[in-house]
Amino acid sequence: MRLDRTARGLLMMELVSGMALTLRTFFQPKATLNYPYEKNPISPRFKGEHALRRYPNGEERCIACKLCEAVCPAQAITIEAEPRADGSRRTTRYDIDMTKCIYCGLCEEACPVDAIVEGPNFEFATETREELMYNKTKLLENGDRWEPELAKRLELDAPYR
Amino acid sequence: MMAFFDTDVGIVILTILKSLALIVPLLIGVAYLTYAERKVMGAIQLRKGPNVVGPFGLAQPFADALKMMFKETIIPAGSDRILFIMAPMITFGLAVIAWAVIPVNDGWAIANINVGILYLLAISSLGVYGIIIAGWSSNSKYAFLGALRSAAQMVSYEVSMGFVIVTVLICVGSLNLNDIVMAQRHIWFAIPLFPMFVIFFISGLAETNRAPFDLAEGETEIVAGFFVEYSAMSFALFFLGEYANMILISATTTILFLGGWLSPIPFAPFTWVPGVVWFLIKLFACLFTFIWVRATFPRYRYDQLMALGWKVFLPISLGYLVLVAGVLEVFGWLPNA
Repeated sequence: MRLDRTARGLLMMELVSGMALTLRTFFQPKATLNYPYEKNPISPRFKGEHALRRYPNGEERCIACKLCEAVCPAQAITIEAEPRADGSRRTTRYDIDMTKCIYCGLCEEACPVDAIVEGPNFEFATETREELMYNKTKLLENGDRWEPELAKRLELDAPYR
Repeated sequence: MMAFFDTDVGIVILTILKSLALIVPLLIGVAYLTYAERKVMGAIQLRKGPNVVGPFGLAQPFADALKMMFKETIIPAGSDRILFIMAPMITFGLAVIAWAVIPVNDGWAIANINVGILYLLAISSLGVYGIIIAGWSSNSKYAFLGALRSAAQMVSYEVSMGFVIVTVLICVGSLNLNDIVMAQRHIWFAIPLFPMFVIFFISGLAETNRAPFDLAEGETEIVAGFFVEYSAMSFALFFLGEYANMILISATTTILFLGGWLSPIPFAPFTWVPGVVWFLIKLFACLFTFIWVRATFPRYRYDQLMALGWKVFLPISLGYLVLVAGVLEVFGWLPNA
């Protein structure tokens, strides 16, 4: 046995078979996705950048119930609200600290009117920390920008909710 | 014009021109070796490697070089400044001057000296100084440990490497690199001396601190070994030196075992191909193997490394040396006898 092992060691059988394996993988097709130019498909449940949605008539959905603020485990959401001139209850301030957010999606689940959602966008890196303190304007802008995809996403995921 | 190159000034100018003709392609080769390494390792690991800068990522080495040049050179407060700055220069300088004797074609060496192989051995032994000085002058424990490891490793493997070279030398009967190549007209030394060829190549891996013998760097244990404290161009010089050494070891392997610039198939259409082309093909094959080995094997443990050097390579190379000497003597094949 010992002699057998020594002989194999001297003939470098394992080493050669290892090298043969890596040479085979050398010619195999690459698994790399050419990222900025190619992207993976993402699930409708993907939890990316947040957005505040509007009704089709342009009215914002959020009714300032503060359920998202209450459920947020990272306490990333800050809401202030007062009745508007027409008597409806709306937020005056809706901030999300994106550096605190853990992208758990609980805000989205807590929302009774599908106002706050997490969209498909994951490319929102910024150069400064301040830019990640999202306010209501930014979130509504996101909503307007991604609305077609957000609606599609909710529709696809609805059967499972 | 030819008369001018026979005067003293002419010889100096001619040598400078020759050196430039060698060093410029060598440096470009080093730059592209880093690119080739990333590409080949990428391919083996089913990745693509650099492919964004320029077509197929071909401008990547230059982007890296530019980045290195614009970085700040940081000299640690506790370091020995002069040695700290000198160490990378020594490493890189030695890696380049060894090329003076390498013949890339029949007689195409800057200095065709009669003790070419000794010169190579001497220069590669000096290489350890750059590393020790770097580790010492950094005044950092990781750097120091890396330097110690590297020194012990290079000294150990040089011994068996020396025996391998001696085996080749008794087959050739000359220390001149040109003669060594010409002695392989009929058969490459890689065939009769196959075990020596393998030992030389593996010792070459250890000599250049390449994986699986890269304990001197050992990212997972001692961060980066002897060059932890280096940054910017001084780091780049170490990097260039390491890759230039890789090319040098490949060139030495080519000359000693793979018949240098000689065509592998010794008849008409193949012998028309210039020797440089054959030399480069063999060089690339060696370099590819260097990278291939790195992508295949995990790093050795330090005691295994020493055991391999002293308990396996040394006895085998010594035994084979005696065997070869005996065979040559008995059959009367000794050159110059």
